[in-house]
Amino acid sequence: MISEATFKVWRTHPGGDGTLQTFHTKVSEGMVVLDVVHRIQAEQAPDLAVRWNCKAGKCGSCSAEINGNPRLMCMTRLSELNLMEPVTVEPMRTFPPIKDLVTDVSWNFRVKKGIQKFTPRPADAPDGTWRMAQRDVDRVQEFRKCIECFLCQDVCHVLREHNKHEEFIGPRFLVYAAQLEMHPLDTADRIPALKEEKGIGYCNITKCCTKVCPEHIHITDNAIIPLKERVVSRYYDPVTKLLQMFR
Amino acid sequence: MSHPTHSYDVLIVGAGGAGLRAAIEAAASGVSVGLICKSLLGKAHTVMAEGGMAAAMAHNDDRDSWRVHFADTMRGGQYVNNWRMAEIHAKEAPDRVRELEAWGAVFDRTKDGRINQRNFGGHRYPRLAHVGDRTGLELIRALQDHTIYLGVTVHMEHTVIDLVLDQGRAAGLLAYDRHRGTFQVFKAKAIILATGGVGRAFQVTSNSWEGTGDGHGLAYRAGAELIDMEFVQFHPTGMVWPPSVKGILVTEGVRGEGGILKNNQGRRFMFDDIPDNYKPQTASDPEEGWRYTQGDKSARRPPELLTRDHVARCINREVKAGRGSPHGGVYLDIAWIKEKLSGAEEHIKRKLPSMYHQFKQLADLDITKEAMEVGPTTHYIMGGIRVDGDSQMSTIPGLFAAGECASGINGANRLGGNSLSDLIVFGKRAGEYASAWAKEHPQPHVDEAALAQIEKTALAPFERGSSGENPYKVQEDLQVSMQALVGIVRTESEMKEALQRLVGFNDRAARVGVSGSREYHAGWHTSLDLRNLLTVSEAIALSAIERKESRGGHFREDYPDKVTEFSTINVMVKQSGDSMRVSRVPIPPIPDELKQVIEEQKS
Repeated sequence: MISEATFKVWRTHPGGDGTLQTFHTKVSEGMVVLDVVHRIQAEQAPDLAVRWNCKAGKCGSCSAEINGNPRLMCMTRLSELNLMEPVTVEPMRTFPPIKDLVTDVSWNFRVKKGIQKFTPRPADAPDGTWRMAQRDVDRVQEFRKCIECFLCQDVCHVLREHNKHEEFIGPRFLVYAAQLEMHPLDTADRIPALKEEKGIGYCNITKCCTKVCPEHIHITDNAIIPLKERVVSRYYDPVTKLLQMFR
Repeated sequence: MSHPTHSYDVLIVGAGGAGLRAAIEAAASGVSVGLICKSLLGKAHTVMAEGGMAAAMAHNDDRDSWRVHFADTMRGGQYVNNWRMAEIHAKEAPDRVRELEAWGAVFDRTKDGRINQRNFGGHRYPRLAHVGDRTGLELIRALQDHTIYLGVTVHMEHTVIDLVLDQGRAAGLLAYDRHRGTFQVFKAKAIILATGGVGRAFQVTSNSWEGTGDGHGLAYRAGAELIDMEFVQFHPTGMVWPPSVKGILVTEGVRGEGGILKNNQGRRFMFDDIPDNYKPQTASDPEEGWRYTQGDKSARRPPELLTRDHVARCINREVKAGRGSPHGGVYLDIAWIKEKLSGAEEHIKRKLPSMYHQFKQLADLDITKEAMEVGPTTHYIMGGIRVDGDSQMSTIPGLFAAGECASGINGANRLGGNSLSDLIVFGKRAGEYASAWAKEHPQPHVDEAALAQIEKTALAPFERGSSGENPYKVQEDLQVSMQALVGIVRTESEMKEALQRLVGFNDRAARVGVSGSREYHAGWHTSLDLRNLLTVSEAIALSAIERKESRGGHFREDYPDKVTEFSTINVMVKQSGDSMRVSRVPIPPIPDELKQVIEEQKS
């Protein structure tokens, strides 16, 4: 492995725009991109802004675009990259910039609050507890692996290119809604809201979100498509429609 | 001064498990609640917890009860715990776990559909409610997704610089917004510190960047007492290779599922050194150990599941004796279970999914096929802010503490799984008692001059500019020093050397300088974190010198045995003028009823 590499890191300027700044830095075996950013910070650019926490792929803080690919910096090993060429590190482009690699992701937190919360059925046992089989919670547990890195939101073209932030909640919150809808204890009905306010129809299942998910959640196949099917059978299925007329 | 000012009945610093649980309780009692966190909501170090949360629900073994859990916790803590906290914790943990399910948490299930519980080191029966090996994420998400609907105001990416008192009572604090670098004034009738640990004072740690001892430092500077600071837990199994991931945790769950430790000669060395007080509960051979991990109730646990302090020292010994792995650890092998189980590969991936991915992605190693290399990593501090066992109030009226930054429940050593349950049991209590306090007391006065002084200190690194000391370098040198001189094996001479060096680090920290704008300035943030790191480092070294014996997480080569004289005291540090004063405080006598519980569980 080579011992020095070139990194081009996005730096914002006062006023809002930014450019890629070139850093030459030492690298060693086993390093990840976040290590390089930290080394640049400690040795060359102490005010370089980067958001990170656990450095173990569990918190979802250090999302960025590495050579244009949405990735967690802490889980991207240098051995996966071509170090003969400069490596670019840029912030997630779907969210407003704050400084350097840090973006304003507060929209995501507002969106979540707008989704109807978990509403369990009455307890199954007198001690206030429930009974659930493992096979019935397996699919919900897949969705609950989400670390809220928002890489799926970053890559989603409905948000990234069409800026439908007011009309579409994005893959992360379709996963959140699916988790609630498929939770064995939940009794709320989010299907009308998903259709009318949350913009599920905007998703045309290109699976970009699934490809970038660091937790390997099958976002499109297991969360979004089943939700879309529920919307379709509720609103567009002729048999259901007929039954609703006689209800 | 015209900084934005926020006023709450209850103000919580920290949004990990304890902070969020406190917020839920306070909001439910009808008071106004503010929550400050250094990171984005849901990113706190709690997400990294893997194995589970301990609660004697007796789902997997009906012999379990709060009495056994209490006795296990006291034995693990070598009997210098705050027994009242250990009692409350053992009694209340089951309800705290159950209510998480009402808030949407989805634990792994037993065959009859209840919350499944797994084995863990130092726990007599399977007791850890868990979700694979990502229980911390489940806990924080369940609490977070419940909190956001309760009207709690969350101030994300804010760091607290110092507390302000009003006639000896907690009154408010000055914080800065990490995004913009602007100062924010917070006033509150009650303040809860839930800031977590201090791992960043050491070179090899499993802690995220947030573990800089903020609550410890804030409370200390405000005049609160810290106890048990000599008790630092070095988790036996952290990754040792590649260098950039050194210290990242490898869950105890690996051993709970049957993983074994071996040295470079292939010897299962944990069978060579089993402490007398654990002998009756430990397997006599590998076969019995294996049966235990597979749920055989007649079997006793394998020695890999002895307490963390002991396993860490055994690993340390193997490495020092030249029997370690190529990168300075030992081998942790879960792949071997294929000799016992058909479909072992899938079983490992299902039980330990994030370990599988962690090693695959960061070390190019398939844990279903090869042994991992592991070694001790700084994981947790048992010591912290001295609190009342029932209310969690510190020695400063109106200032509460919960979770890792508070002290008492764990004594000299924490059992795995007792941390997550600690967060929810005492987070709830802190929220409850802080709200009650807030309802009974008027809004205190926050002194402008005190705020101005804090602001001046905070901005000093900019005054010195880039010609000052590099804050990253000071932090790194401190970490190296603490690791080498106040680590797993301690001696008086080395710790005195550490104190000497701390004088130098303090001088250098007073000269650190940064330049540029205050927006999201990591160098400036590091400069301010240094104050807390230096405080906790001094507290650890001073307390460790004072305790002239070995107990739990504190091991002294010059005093390798337990000493009766130290079995009845906690070591306490407190600010006295400009210096740190260390003293011994007696542990209140344990009631006969609890003493009896301990005795009956000793067999």
